Order: sequence, then C-alpha cells, then structure tokens
Amino acid sequence: MARAVSSRRKAINTAVAWAIGLLIFFPILWTILTSFKTEAQAIADPPIFLGFDWTLENYRIVQERSNYMRFLWNSVIIAGFSTILGVIIAVPAAWSMAFVPSRRTKDILLWMLSTKMLPAVGVLYPIYLICIELGVLDNRVALVVIIMLINLPIIVWMLYTYFREIPGEILEAARMDGASLRNEILYVLTPMAVPGIASTVLLNFILAWNEAFWTLNLTAVNAAPLTAFIASYSSPEGLFFAKLSAASTMAIAPILILGWFSQKQLVRGLTFGAVK
Amino acid sequence: MATQHSRSAARLMMAPAVFVLLVWMLVPLGMTLWFSFRQYLPLRGGDLGFAGWDNYVRFVTSSSFWPSIYSTLIIVGGVLVITIFFGILLAMLLDQPMFGQGIVRILVIAPFFVMPTVSALVWKNMFMDPTNGLLAHLWRFFGADPVVWLSDVPLFSIVLIVSWQWLPFATLILLTAIQSLDSDQLEAAEMDGAPHLQRFWYIILPHLSRAITIVLLIQTIFLLSIFAEIFVTTGGAFGTRTLTYLIFQRVLESQNIGLGSAGGVYAIILANIVAIFLMRIVGKNLDT
Amino acid sequence: MTTTQRLLGTVAGIGLASGMAATAMAQDTTITIATVNNGDMVRMQGYTDQFTEETGIGVEWVTLEENVLRQRVTTDITTGGGQFDIMTIGMYEAPIWAANDWLVPLDDLSDDYNAEDILPAMRAGLSYDGTLYAAPFYGESSMIMYRTDLMEEAGLEMPEEPTWQFIREAAAAMTDRDADINGICLRGKAGWGEGGAFIMTMANSFGARPVNEDWEPQLDSEAWNETLTFFTEMMAESGPAGYATNGFNENLSLFQQGKCGMWIDATVAASFVTNPEESEVADSVGFALAPSAEGVDKKANWLWAWALAIPAGTEQADAAKQFIEWSTSTDYIELVAENEGWANVPPGARTSLYENENYADVPFADLTLASIDAADPTNPTVDPVPYTGVQFAAIPEWAGMWGQVSQEFSAAYAGQQSVEEALEQGQAIMTDALEAAGY
Repeated sequence: MARAVSSRRKAINTAVAWAIGLLIFFPILWTILTSFKTEAQAIADPPIFLGFDWTLENYRIVQERSNYMRFLWNSVIIAGFSTILGVIIAVPAAWSMAFVPSRRTKDILLWMLSTKMLPAVGVLYPIYLICIELGVLDNRVALVVIIMLINLPIIVWMLYTYFREIPGEILEAARMDGASLRNEILYVLTPMAVPGIASTVLLNFILAWNEAFWTLNLTAVNAAPLTAFIASYSSPEGLFFAKLSAASTMAIAPILILGWFSQKQLVRGLTFGAVK
Repeated sequence: MATQHSRSAARLMMAPAVFVLLVWMLVPLGMTLWFSFRQYLPLRGGDLGFAGWDNYVRFVTSSSFWPSIYSTLIIVGGVLVITIFFGILLAMLLDQPMFGQGIVRILVIAPFFVMPTVSALVWKNMFMDPTNGLLAHLWRFFGADPVVWLSDVPLFSIVLIVSWQWLPFATLILLTAIQSLDSDQLEAAEMDGAPHLQRFWYIILPHLSRAITIVLLIQTIFLLSIFAEIFVTTGGAFGTRTLTYLIFQRVLESQNIGLGSAGGVYAIILANIVAIFLMRIVGKNLDT
Repeated sequence: MTTTQRLLGTVAGIGLASGMAATAMAQDTTITIATVNNGDMVRMQGYTDQFTEETGIGVEWVTLEENVLRQRVTTDITTGGGQFDIMTIGMYEAPIWAANDWLVPLDDLSDDYNAEDILPAMRAGLSYDGTLYAAPFYGESSMIMYRTDLMEEAGLEMPEEPTWQFIREAAAAMTDRDADINGICLRGKAGWGEGGAFIMTMANSFGARPVNEDWEPQLDSEAWNETLTFFTEMMAESGPAGYATNGFNENLSLFQQGKCGMWIDATVAASFVTNPEESEVADSVGFALAPSAEGVDKKANWLWAWALAIPAGTEQADAAKQFIEWSTSTDYIELVAENEGWANVPPGARTSLYENENYADVPFADLTLASIDAADPTNPTVDPVPYTGVQFAAIPEWAGMWGQVSQEFSAAYAGQQSVEEALEQGQAIMTDALEAAGY
C-alpha cells in the first residue's frame, strides 16, 4: 500500500467494516449460540444473547440419535474424491484449451458450463432408474462421479484461466529440452499452477460439500452425507430450534473451519480470469 | 505456434472431459425427451403409452406456468442485482486499510460455506418466524408490528436468503479484481482532484467489468436451479414457485413424470436462452 | 423400454459401473427403515437395541423430515429402487401403493400380535381390498385443545360438541391482542397435509365436498365459499398474525407459549401441550370434540396414522415383519410406559390401550378415542363422494392437486387474493389435474 492514509480514515473504515462483517456473520453466530441453549431458552421472549445457561445437551441428543461421524466421513469422501477426480480430468482439458486454443475453445467452454443448467429435479427419475439398473443407489462411488460431473465445468474453467496466465514459452522451453507432454504437464505446468489448483480444489470442495439434491435423493444409509443428517432435524413435531442449531453447527463447522484457514488462498485465487 | 502434433494431443487431452460431460448431458436429456412424449404416471401403472405433444401443451397452458417464469426471473435478477451492487461496495470497503482485515474478511465470506438447506432453515425459523423470529422481536422492540416475511413479502424474503448466501462469492471475486487495480492510476486521479464518484465511474467500474461478468455468469447458472431455499421456506406458495419448483411439483408431488419431463425440456430451453444472452456478454468480455 | 436400456448401456460404459463392486453388502440380518423425525419415532429408535438383542436383527435408520421422507420413499417405491426394508407411510399412501402391488400384505402376522386389536378405523384406512398392508405405529384424529383458564375468564363453557359459531364467538371473547393472546390458532400453511388437510375437514363440517360422484370439482359451490369466508373472517378477528404460514409446529409453539386460546389440531399434540417441561400452560388445557356447523352432522376432524409397511421385493421381508410386530405390539407400548410414563406411549393404534386402566388416567385418552371414532373415511361428507379418506381423497393425484389448491387458499389467507379468486383458481387446478388423470 503506497497510499498514505490518515488514522482517522482507517478508524472509520475499521468500524464500518466490522459492523457490516458482524451483520453478515450474525445468522451463523446466532445459530451457534442457540445450539447451546435449552429449547425453551431458544424461543424466549425477549431473546437471550449470552446470559443463558450454556448447555451441551443438544449436542448430546444429536450425537445419541445419529451417527454423526458416518455422515461426516461420507461428506469428506464424496466432496474430496469428486474434487480430486474432477481435477484429474480437468487438468489435461484445461491445458489444451489454454495452450493449444482453437476457434472452438470458447464455445466448448461455454457449452460445458451450460450443462450445469439442466434442472436436477427434471432428471431425478432418469438418473434414479439408471442407478437402479447399475445397482449403485446409496453408493459413494456413484455420488463421487455424479458430483464430479456437476462441478467439472467449473473446475475446467478455473484451471483454464490460471493456465492462461502462465507464459507458453516456459512450456515450450521444457519441450525443447525433450520433456514429454506428460512430463511437461506434471513437472512444469502443475507446480507453477499450484496456487490456482489449490483455490480450484477449495471452491469445488465447498460446492460439493453443500450439494443437497443428489446427495439426499440417491442415498439411504451407507453413502448419506451431512445434507441427509440435516434433513432428520428440520421441523419435527415439537420444539426444535436448539437441536436444529446444534445439528446445523455440526454440519457446517468442518467446512467453515477449512474455509477460514484457507481464506487467504480463496481471496487470492478466486479470479476466474477476471484479473488481467 | 502449435504444431500438428500438439493439436492432436490437445484434442486427445480434452476428450475425457468432453466425453463425460457429453454423456452426462445426453443421457438424462435423451431420457427426459423420451419421457416427455409418454403418458408416464408411476402411481397409475407406469408408462401408459405415447402422449404426443399433450404434456408440452398441458405444461404451458397451466395457470402456473407464466407466473413461474416470472418468479424465476425475479429471483435470479433480484439476487444478481443485490449481490453485485453490495458486492462492489463491500469489496471496495475490504480493500481499504483497516484493523483486523483478515478477520473481517472471514466474517464476510462465512455464509458461502453454509449449506443452502441449513441457511434456509435458519432464516425461516430463527429470523423470519413472525412470533419467535429474531426479526419479529426487533420489530416489536421498536413498537412496530412484525412483518410476516414469507407471506407478506415472499419473493423478497427468498431473494434476501439467497443473496446472503451468494454475496460472499461476489465479494470475493470483485475483491480480487479490485486488488489488481493499479493504485498509481487511482492516486493520479486523486491528485487531479477527480471526485470519488467519477473515480469510481471511470476507473474502478470499467476495471471491474470482467469480474462482474464472471459473477453474473456463474451465479446465474447456480441461481436458475435453486431449490432447497424454496422447498424449506414457502414450498412454492405465495407466488414463489419457480420453474424448477413447478417441475418438482409435477414430477414428485403430482407423480406425473411425462408432464414434469416436458417442463424439464422447457427449463432447458429457458436456460439456453439465458445462456445465449450471457454468452453474448461474456464472449465479448472474455476476449483478451 | 428398449431406448432406456440402450441409454443405460452407454452410461455403463463411462465407468459408473465400477461402483457396482462397491455396493454395500448388507448383512443378512440388517434391515433399513425409513422414518419420519417425529418424537414417537425418535423414541422408538432409542429402543432398537432391545429389538436387536432379542432377535439378532440389526436396524439401520434413515430419519428424515416429513416432506423429504415422502419424496424419498415415493421415488424409491415407484421405481422399485429397493433401498428400504420398511417404510413409514401414512393412510394416504397405503391403499394407493397396495393397489399397485408395491407392498407386502400383512395378513400373516402372528397370533401373539393380535391384529384384531388394531382400532377398526385405523385398520380400514391402512387396508386395501380387506387386507392390511401397513401396521399403525400411532394414529391420530384432530380435536379442540383449549385454555380452561381463558375460557373461564371469558365466562364461557366449552360444550361437549361445540358448533363453529360457538368457537368463533369464544375465540373473539378470549382474544386479547395487548396480552398477545389469540383466541384461536389454526393451520393456514400451504400443503395438502398441512393447511390443506385442515380446510378439508372444516369443509366437511360445513356440508361441502371437493368433488361430486362424477369427480367434478365442487369448489365453486356455495358451501365452499361459506367455509373459506367463515375461516378467513374468524382468523382475521381472533387468529395470530401471519397465520397463512402456520402449520402444526408453528401453532404448537404458539400454544405452548400461551399465545392461543384454542387450537384445533392433531390429537397427538395433546401430550406436548400437557407436558410441563415444554408447555407453559400444561396445567390448564381442556379438550373437546372438533366442531361442526349448525345443522351438519359431520365434524371437522381427520383420521391419520403413521404406519410401517414393507415394500414388495425386499429380501428381508421376514426380518422386517418381525420388526413391525415388535414395534407396533402391546409389549412395545408397555415398554415405553414403563420407562417414560403412560402419557408418552404411541397413541391411537390399539383398542386395548384405551381399555387399559393405567391409560385411563391420561387426561386426553377418552377424547382421542372419541375423535378417532367420530371420523369415517368411507363416508366423510354430507353429500356422497366417490373416494375414501377424510382430509384427503385416496387417489394418486390428490397430493399434487390439493397441494396446489392449498397454495391458492394460503394466498387468500395472506390477503393476496380474495376467497372467490382462490376458489376459482382451485377449481381450475382441480379440473385440469383430474382431466389430465382421465377422470
């Protein structure tokens, strides 16, 4: 920062930014707070902010009722492997788009994105029937493949934009030195693109983690991730705000923590080629 | 310049991605087309034969069709306007020097990590509930009658919830773009005494146009198919039935696969119309 | 289906097939049960270990919120997905699914189980062609729950069989907006099982019917107009703000917080509102039969059961049957009573429960039974109708059609359109849907 800024202006910036930040974050904070209340305190009038009897009771109940670790593990597996598989398929495609562009490159890219516009509910029956036929209902592998397909266009696009920023001469130099195409991608391109690949992986992991249509409709027990876990706590008969909050906190905590640690990476890396 | 050899290699390397996406597009599309010409009612014995264009005609002549297009456009448009407008403001604010910048950024991007189902549940029950919701308490505190969000201003409520989820994404992309802005250029303008508004209009905004396009494109793709937010909050009542939701009602609630599939074909057409528009804009902006 | 199969072949090629090997190898003795996340079911999950100990059969639970559960099990049963060995379904699904041969008949349950003990109304609603296809876990009707203290303050007394006119007057008398007390809380939320179910029962008690004997929609009738007009006027006078989005849960928490004078809803709510741990008004709740309009002998009460059924085609049918016998037996009821008290046993399923002396002490037992007895699914309306069911018609199109009609009604409750417009829209939706289904 070359600009000199008066400390008064900095103070104002700080105050405004913190106020807005807290406002945006408030729904999450409130959910976390509510998860430590009793059901009666959760709907108390007027609402209680901090002065309630903090209790872990809701977490105990949720833990007793559902096998949280299994749901969590499935979420990790599905989001993780679908992202990895997507990157493996996308890297070569993005390489060829970025370094050997043709007239149709942009059309192909936009066509890929347009496959994301097919409304999932419209094809639930076809996909369900296919899964029955192949015997892959409630199967993690099937979900990994499907979630990968959903996110693949985004992965290809992001990688394409990062690769384009890498000067082609470097790759050519490697080629001159006799590197095979495989080695060129694996040992020259990929290391240079690590920051870009990292933010691609992060974003798609988040998108896969939060995917709630296929993961809910194609699973039962063995492959059910946290989206299904949440569905067992929404709107039962009776009071449920506190238990719902506890379940929600448990469902979003892992990804929230991951997101926080990788915040810098996301801020730097999420460009989609928007930065010239 | 690419050689013939590298061209064929490039084609080969693009093949897996293109192939799997082609299958992922064509198989469901083919089946949807097939079903859309059948009278397919699972609860009445399954496939009852060829239906001609009946499903297509029935879907568009239903009184819910045009309102659903309207709701879809309002929700998508509303969220885009809100997230881009506030995204720009927020990105500019976050770019300023301040204390605890990292923490503020974390606070701002946090909603992006929340599952749509969870955020819809939290907003509906803990904020928008007319009796126990926090907003109702706030309204009463100021002596006003609580707003019944989901029935009085249903579209606005859904736009609000969805905007909350997508604002972080818009902010992040716009922020990276602003950070890349040449600060010398801005400083020069400041020296010249250009007022804030002009600086924004002639320097910052043009610089952001690419980023705005990206936000527009990606968010539209995701917003056209939002489902959980409506399913959890209004269930499509009070004029919040989008095209996606109407298809859901036809397929799952009415168990009329043929009719729903015809709706799916219409949705694909709508998506493509939107896509063509977007490509016009994006295409121009993506050329470098 | 040859086209489908060809397409399937293509997909197999892309490697989805590789997942087949990884398909979960369910143990012979593990059954998968899809169920709704209501209190009684959640409690049942807690006792599952006892079942496993007794029989050696493991149980996997898939617990989902009601709307998600319906979507999930319907998709699975219609496509023959075979994901579940037991599904929790209601009175609406049971006869329709049974007619499609999708359920295993429960006609060979053991003598110990004593299927004759199931309440006749529940039995009838869960049977098709005289054969039982789903065993009721708990059953319910609807009745009036009211605040005895507020009723007394208003100087009124709840008759045994109140009329709607009385309810409306009493509601107005109990309403105290300053003290945040609404005379009456009722469901207005869209959905065929939410506000849609309630308004059907209310229409029944006003002498209206949704269709005539020839399946022609009747929403343009005088009686429907009267029903909806009465409802919206009464709710405007004495109902809570935003009642158009209130369903069972919203009203339950309003009542438990002491914000309702009266509430007409599911009989199972009685155990929630009289539970001092959850309800601020537990000591002062009275019960009465659901009302009817003057001169109409149908009451505004429904009939529903959450029941366990076995999808045809499951390989674990015997184990599933064993579980159903265990969980819907009198022994299970006693098990719960022993551990959590008689007020918490699953109600409304068995005759013997209402003959049990211990259960007679539960304050809402008699009225629950009387309400269930007052509902007649085979003869729900004043004028004849071609369907069975009280708050729904047991035809496949009902859920979708009435769901949309109730959205129009809710829009009228929220003041977005007039009662006349809502009925007109509803009439059009029904005409369209029934025509499409070939009635």
